[in-house]
Amino acid sequence: MSTAASLHQSRKRKNGVMMTLCVISAGIGLAWLALILGALLYKGLAGVSLSVFTEMTPPPGDAGGLLNAIYGSIVMTILGIIVGTPIGVLAGTYMAEYGRFSKLTTVVRFINDILLSAPSIIIGLFVYELMVRPMGHFSAIAGAVALAILVIPVVVRTTEDMLNLVPNALREAGTAIGAPRWVVIRSVAYRAALSGIVTGILLAIARISGETAPLLFTALNNQFWSSNLNAPMASLPVTIFQFALSPYEEWQQLAWTGALIITLTVLALSIFARSLTGRREDK
Amino acid sequence: MSAVQEALPAVRSSRDATVRRFALTDAIFHATTRAAAILVLVLLGGVAISLFAGSWQALSTFGFSFLTSESWNPVTEKFGALAPIYGTIITSAIAILIAVPLGIGIAIFLTELCPRPLRRPIGMAVELLAGIPSIIYGIWGLFVLAPFLQTTVQPFIISVFHGIPGLNGLFAGPPYGIGLLTSAMILAIMILPFITSITKDVFDTVPSVLKESAYGIGCTTWEVTRRVVIPYTRIGIMGGIMLALGRALGETMAVTFVIGNAHRISTSLFAPATTISATIANEFTEAVGDLYTSSLVALGLILFVITFLILAIARYMLMRIDARTGA
Repeated sequence: MSTAASLHQSRKRKNGVMMTLCVISAGIGLAWLALILGALLYKGLAGVSLSVFTEMTPPPGDAGGLLNAIYGSIVMTILGIIVGTPIGVLAGTYMAEYGRFSKLTTVVRFINDILLSAPSIIIGLFVYELMVRPMGHFSAIAGAVALAILVIPVVVRTTEDMLNLVPNALREAGTAIGAPRWVVIRSVAYRAALSGIVTGILLAIARISGETAPLLFTALNNQFWSSNLNAPMASLPVTIFQFALSPYEEWQQLAWTGALIITLTVLALSIFARSLTGRREDK
Repeated sequence: MSAVQEALPAVRSSRDATVRRFALTDAIFHATTRAAAILVLVLLGGVAISLFAGSWQALSTFGFSFLTSESWNPVTEKFGALAPIYGTIITSAIAILIAVPLGIGIAIFLTELCPRPLRRPIGMAVELLAGIPSIIYGIWGLFVLAPFLQTTVQPFIISVFHGIPGLNGLFAGPPYGIGLLTSAMILAIMILPFITSITKDVFDTVPSVLKESAYGIGCTTWEVTRRVVIPYTRIGIMGGIMLALGRALGETMAVTFVIGNAHRISTSLFAPATTISATIANEFTEAVGDLYTSSLVALGLILFVITFLILAIARYMLMRIDARTGA
């Protein structure tokens, strides 16, 4: 009896210890992340002013803003989305509709999942070999292509998942009234999966708006205002990278402010994306 | 009557035309989507081919010694990948050692202990944090973590382990702040949300009947977790860890800020070092000479091969657990 009781005690004690460790690890994790966000807010907010959004990146030791970097980021992100989204949606459509049970789909899904988590710096090297080297110079176009390649796997994945959720009865109803397959896909399946596909695109925007590595040697950087797509273009992440590693206080401050802008943008996009699908699930 | 009969062929031919047009447009759409799917394969193939072509010069010049040589000298054009490979593996391994227990602990907390109203908000927060760009972690590491480690933690550890043989080499000074350990810590905090959310997801696939029967015979929460939940989800957790490892190995920006970019292999975890991705990010645009550039691309090829293998294993494991829950 007493051995049973002591066994019970030791099991309870062990449980208590392990569960406390779990609570502590949750505490450490959350506190650590809170520290990062806190520092970001504290240091970033200190530099927020109107001039950040209206002035160009300054020369060393001078005051200025981030206007050309923000502009470049927006331009290249939009171009990347415009190029990457149609390809991603079409490939996802093939995998969920025409080729749902084909061998090709299994292979593409596997490869796509690998592309999804492949190091983005590798994509940068690829685009360098593909575009920058033959063209002989860095350009915003090359940067946009690198971002597009990062967009594709995200959109493929969500499009396929969302189309797979569309009930087959809907497709059958469309086919039964004589609509050809592509009309069924366009007017029934896409419409039913629309919010999910839009979520995927928003998540893709969130992903590429903070990407630095693929832009380093494709779009390079540009200290001045440039809207020439065939020339190097500044972007927010690359500017942060350059400014943060510099010894100049003004540049470091701008880097923090830029980091805050990116984080808030990414968080807003992800929350918006999740609220789109969240509403659907609640229904 | 006769009017209808006269109209029939016309109706039939217009119907035929419509069906033909439908068949044609459908075939076009089918071919387009198929081409897009194949393009995904072409992309990965293109990445492999272009990296191989770009690194050919370096690989043919140095041969196998590229993998085993530590020297990295742009002046004499002698390049070897051992130091970056070493840095990449050490930082990722330490990051995994830190992040896996923490991540699994948080997942257990979220699935078993956390009060129900808090579960969704904390789960959401974890997933949102997984999406924060890595450059944010890097800038925090450079300006907040590294100075803190340099002034407080590292001098203390160095003095503690000073007289202990074996360990004093591992924690040898001077305290730079930046280096292997700092990079590993930044990587750990970066992959933590990732591991947590995957582990939580696979924990949720455990049928409640299994857990309830274990609780029914009097198991404690820890025993249920250790004997039922973790064995049941082992493959999924391993897949998640491999996925996180793949991310850690290829992570560029978070590491580049705090690694120190020193091409040498040092036993001390406090010493500046370099990783494959940090070397490429730091030196690629400044590389003069074809051999230098080619050597950097060759580093990229090595990274690509390593991460491809790791991610393929990870996906295979996660696919297996998906197949089981689907069945």
